[in-house]
Amino acid sequence: MTLEEKQQDIIDEFAIYDDWMDKYEYIIELGKDLPKIDEDLKTDDRLIEGCQSRVWLASEFKDNKMHFTADSDAIITKGIIGLLIRVLDQESPENIAKSDLHFISDIGLHEHLSPTRSNGLASMVKKIKMSALTQLAK
Amino acid sequence: MAESQKKSFNVKEIREQFPSLRQQVYGKNLIYFDNGATSQKPQVVLDTLNHFYAKENANIHRGVHYLSQMATSAYEDARKTIQLYLNANKSEEIIFTKGTTDAINLVANSFGELLDKGDEILISAMEHHSNIVPWQMLCERKGCILKIIPINQKGEIIQEEYDNLLSNKTKLVSITHISNTLGTINPVKSMTTRAHAVGARVLVDGAQSIQHKKIDVVDINCDWFVFSGHKVFGPTGIGVLYGKEEILDKMPPYQGGGDMIAKVTFEKTTYNELPFKFEAGTPHIAGAIGLGKAFEFLNTLDMEAILQYEMELEAYAQDMLLTFEGLEVIGTAKKKTSVVSFAMDKIHPFDIGTLLDKQGIAVRTGHHCTQPLMDFYKIPGTTRASFAFYNTKEEIDIFISAVEKSISMLS
Ligand SMILES: Cc1ncc(COP(=O)(O)O)c(C=O)c1O
Repeated sequence: MTLEEKQQDIIDEFAIYDDWMDKYEYIIELGKDLPKIDEDLKTDDRLIEGCQSRVWLASEFKDNKMHFTADSDAIITKGIIGLLIRVLDQESPENIAKSDLHFISDIGLHEHLSPTRSNGLASMVKKIKMSALTQLAK
Repeated sequence: MAESQKKSFNVKEIREQFPSLRQQVYGKNLIYFDNGATSQKPQVVLDTLNHFYAKENANIHRGVHYLSQMATSAYEDARKTIQLYLNANKSEEIIFTKGTTDAINLVANSFGELLDKGDEILISAMEHHSNIVPWQMLCERKGCILKIIPINQKGEIIQEEYDNLLSNKTKLVSITHISNTLGTINPVKSMTTRAHAVGARVLVDGAQSIQHKKIDVVDINCDWFVFSGHKVFGPTGIGVLYGKEEILDKMPPYQGGGDMIAKVTFEKTTYNELPFKFEAGTPHIAGAIGLGKAFEFLNTLDMEAILQYEMELEAYAQDMLLTFEGLEVIGTAKKKTSVVSFAMDKIHPFDIGTLLDKQGIAVRTGHHCTQPLMDFYKIPGTTRASFAFYNTKEEIDIFISAVEKSISMLS
């Protein structure tokens, strides 16, 4: 599946929910399912301090693909992390660097990616893109 | 206001005067429980702002022309209204600022100039960052020492510890009247008396008390009382520093510019008298006039009845919340009002806040600009519902079932 197809997949999944609470119910389930980051990877240099919730991000580069694991102390943040990782994990640095993550606003969650929301997600996306760019520059 | 005018308090009538309360968010009737952050505005305040810009707009204290005189007298009338509301002795004791933060910074910078190395400043462990950081900055600048008055688990200042910390080295005590995170009402009058006994000055942060309680600065006898207009049904960007004339006279000017001078030459400038000495530049004229109107509005209300009503709202919400397993109310002072903060064992405040929002309920989550207080309770933050007199028990019932639903989704 291409990065774009993965985004479309998520948009289709969310299309069945017309109620906010159902949508969040689903995000919460995703959050509960997300494989947790290794406890010893939860170090301060991987911590993205948001005002509202905290996010840990670990990235790895293997076989020309980027690999991410992440975690958060808030379950809704974690669910959205799950979606972001589903789209970006196992993609090439090129794809990640030029990706336009429109699915977030298509499913009505853009508020969570606004830098003023300060839940750590906006900084997480920025960090993911930076790590892709860093790979490209190598 | 004529003494004979009847003061009343009727929630339904009051709600009708707040247009922003009559709206839906996400298809639900808005329930606004974020009054600690800012209050909604009554129609009379909105009309006043509109009228000012439509009919009276001019700069003040500088014009010979008609509009400038209108604007100047409206601005000075607002000062007078606020003076009378606070029961201050003179209108010169009312300085318009941008808000609480600005007022505290003014005192820290200006009065701070009169302090020396080794002088001690006391604040409590429940202060808002804006009543912490300006003093830390002053201490760095002047070598003063900041000391923290501890609190107990209920969120009350430990009065014996306060007495122990007070000494002839104490030059200033700065405490919040009501905690924005815990709702605790601090005994500021008695704390002021004891500070004065050792020769210290007292600043009371009234950001969370002015909208809930009748304030009498002469009775409290504090040296400064500060608050923000936007939390007391007035506009944003305007606030008040009340200071006793005697101390304001001793304080050097804070910012320099127009309006605050008597005469300027390149060799020497002399400063204007109070209150203008502290109001450099064109102030927030419309904001001040709007704030004056907010106090005229409060003048028609029975503040005693309101305090009683809001304490009931808070107690009602607190009792209902305590029925949830694993929920802890943060701040259980004997004397508290209008604020109920809670934390849950396994549920993050951000999650609850997000789900409440989608159910039409505005609360605040996080550390509420009181990080040291969160460290004291060893929690990352709380979910805070904060009430105003336009809130109702019916709204609390809806809030409680929304909390219940959120908890079941998150567990
Ligand atoms: C107790 C207290 N002090 C100070 C402030 C700061 O007020 P402002 O941001 O309006 O200057 C607040 C506002 O949240 C507060 O609750």
